[in-house]
Amino acid sequence: MATDRRALPHVSGVKMFRAFVLKEAKHVLRDRRSLFILLGLPVVMMLLFGFALSNEVKNSNFVVLDRAPDASTVGLADRIAESSYFTYSGRVDSEAEIASWFRRGDARLAVMFPPNFDHDLRHLGHAQIRLIADASDPNTASTVTNYATAIVAQYQTELGGSHVRPGAIAVETRMLYNPQLKSSYMFVPGVMTLILMLLGAMMTSVSIVREKERGTMEVLLVSPMNPLILILGKAVPYLVLCLIDVLIILALSYGLLDLPTGANLPLLLAESLLFIVATLSLGLVISNVVQQQQTAMFVSLVGLLMPSLVFSGFMFPIENMPLPLQVISHVVPTRWFYQIASNIMIKHLGFAAIVKPTLILAGMTLGLIAIAWRTFKQRLS
Amino acid sequence: MTEWVIEAENLTRRFGDFTAVNAINLQVAAGEIFGFLGANGAGKTTAMRIFCGLLEPTSGRATVAGFDAMTQAEQIKRQIGYMSQKFSLYGKLTVKQNIRFFAGIYGLSGQQVKHKTTEIVERLGLATAADKLVDDLPLGWKQRISFAVATVHQPKVVFLDEPTGGVDPIVRRQFWDMIFEAASRGMTVFVTTHYMDEAEYCDRVSIMVDGSVAAIGKPADLCAEHGVANVDELFVALARKATRHGD
Repeated sequence: MATDRRALPHVSGVKMFRAFVLKEAKHVLRDRRSLFILLGLPVVMMLLFGFALSNEVKNSNFVVLDRAPDASTVGLADRIAESSYFTYSGRVDSEAEIASWFRRGDARLAVMFPPNFDHDLRHLGHAQIRLIADASDPNTASTVTNYATAIVAQYQTELGGSHVRPGAIAVETRMLYNPQLKSSYMFVPGVMTLILMLLGAMMTSVSIVREKERGTMEVLLVSPMNPLILILGKAVPYLVLCLIDVLIILALSYGLLDLPTGANLPLLLAESLLFIVATLSLGLVISNVVQQQQTAMFVSLVGLLMPSLVFSGFMFPIENMPLPLQVISHVVPTRWFYQIASNIMIKHLGFAAIVKPTLILAGMTLGLIAIAWRTFKQRLS
Repeated sequence: MTEWVIEAENLTRRFGDFTAVNAINLQVAAGEIFGFLGANGAGKTTAMRIFCGLLEPTSGRATVAGFDAMTQAEQIKRQIGYMSQKFSLYGKLTVKQNIRFFAGIYGLSGQQVKHKTTEIVERLGLATAADKLVDDLPLGWKQRISFAVATVHQPKVVFLDEPTGGVDPIVRRQFWDMIFEAASRGMTVFVTTHYMDEAEYCDRVSIMVDGSVAAIGKPADLCAEHGVANVDELFVALARKATRHGD
C-alpha cells in the first residue's frame, strides 16, 4: 500500500438514518416558510371553515309588514326576531317599501301579515302569512325562508289549544347526526383529508426535488447510504409533522368548534397514519417524475388538490355525479379517507363500519409505495 | 509496481442504440491527479457515473479502489468521495452542520465527526463562518467546503465533476491548491474540467471524443506528440473530429 489509510468502519444504517433525519428536521425547522405552511395551514383552514365559511345563514335582517298589529302578529314577529338567524330591522307600510329594503340590501326577508290575522287564527282555525325573500341569492333565500317557516310552525304548536290546528300538510324533517343543522364541525373530516393530502404529498415531493435541484441528491446517491434510508429519512419527519397536524385539527375541533366527543380517537389516529403514508408515497412518486420544485408544487396543488376536493365527497355529493365521474372517484384516495374520517368523527362508528374503505386505502398505499420504489429505482439507472 | 486505483478495460456503456462510452481503457495511479477531459456529450459523465457505482457497465470492466464496478458498487461507494459541479451542500444548514451531516452518512463516529469538523474549520480558516448558513457564503467558500466535505471520510479517490465552474481565476487557483494538498497526502483525484489551463495542472489527462479515449498521457508529452503548444490547442484539434454533439 502506498498510503496508510484508516479502514472505514461498516457504516451502520441506524446511524446514517439518524444523521439524515436530524438534517431533515433542522432544515424544516429553519425554513420558516415551510414550517408556516405545515403548521399554520391547518389552523387557518380550520378557522376559515369553522367560522367564515359557514353554510348557516345567521343574522338575516327582516322587516315586518303588518297593517293591523295584534297580539298574535306581534308575538310571532318577536319570536322571529329572538332567533339567532334573524335580526329585526323595522316595520314597513307597503310592498313597494319591501322592494326598496331588498334593493338596498338592508333586508333578506319580509314577513307580511294580513289584516285579521289574530281573528282568523282563533276563529277560523287557520290564517295566512306571507314570507317574501330576496331571491337574488336563491340558496340563501331558501335557507332563510326555511328557518322562518320552522319558527312559524313552532309558534303555532306553542299557541296550542283546539282552536289552532297545525297546517294542512305536516312535514316532519329530522336531521340525522346534525340535529341543529350546525355545519361548523361537519367539515372537519373533509378539511383534515385535504390538509393531509396536500401537505403530505407537496412537502415530501418538494423537499426531495429540492435535493435534486441543488445537486445534493447526487451526492447522497454516491454515498454509501442505502436509498431506502434516504426515502425513509425523508418520509419520517413529514410523517411526524402530518401527525402533529392531525392533533392540531383535533384540538381545534374539540376545543373550539364543539365537535361532539365520543369518536374512537386511537382508531382515527391509526387510519390517519395509513392515509399519511399513502400521501407521502404519492409525494415520492411525484418527486421521481419531476425535476423542479415549482413543478412539484404545481403538480401537488393542481393535480392533487382539485381531484381531492371534487371527488372526496366533501363538498359535492358523489351520488349526484354523472356515472363516469363516480367511477373516477373510486381511484381517489381522499374519497376513502374522507369516508373513514367522517364515519369515525361525526357518526362515531367503529372499525366494523370502515373495513371496506380501510382495505381499499391500504391497497392503494401499497400500490403507491410499489410505484414510488420502482420509479426511484428507474431514475437511478 | 504502481498501484492502480482506477482501471477501465474495454469499458462500454450503451443506452439503447446509443453507445455513450465505447470500449475505453485507462488506468489511474494512487495519488495521481487525473484530468478527464472531453466536450459535452463525449461520454465523460457516463464514465464517471460508472466509476462512482451509480451505473453498471454494459460490457468491459471497471475497478475502483480494487472493487469491481459491476458487482461491488456498494464497496466502491465507501472508498470514494464525490463533488458535483453544483457544490452540493445544504444551504439552510450551517457549515458545521453540513460537515457533521456528511461525516454522519459516511459512518464516522461521534468522536471522529467532532475532530473532523474542527479540523476542516481550522484548515479552511472558517472560524468566523462556521455557524453561518451555507446559503449566506460566497461561492468560492462553498466550493472549498464542498471539497472538504467530499473528502471528510478520507476516501482513496475523490471524483470532482467540473468543480470550478463559475468562480473567478483567483478562487480557482486557491481551489487547486487544495487539490494539490490532498494529492500530496496520497489521495487520488479524478477531475473533469472545461478549463484547459487547469488541465495543465494535472499529472496526466485523457481526452474523450465520441465515447472513446482519443488521447491519454502527461499534458506535456501529449502536446509534443501532437505538435501543439498547449492542452487547449490539443483539445480543439481532437474535439473537432467529433461527429456527435453535446447538449
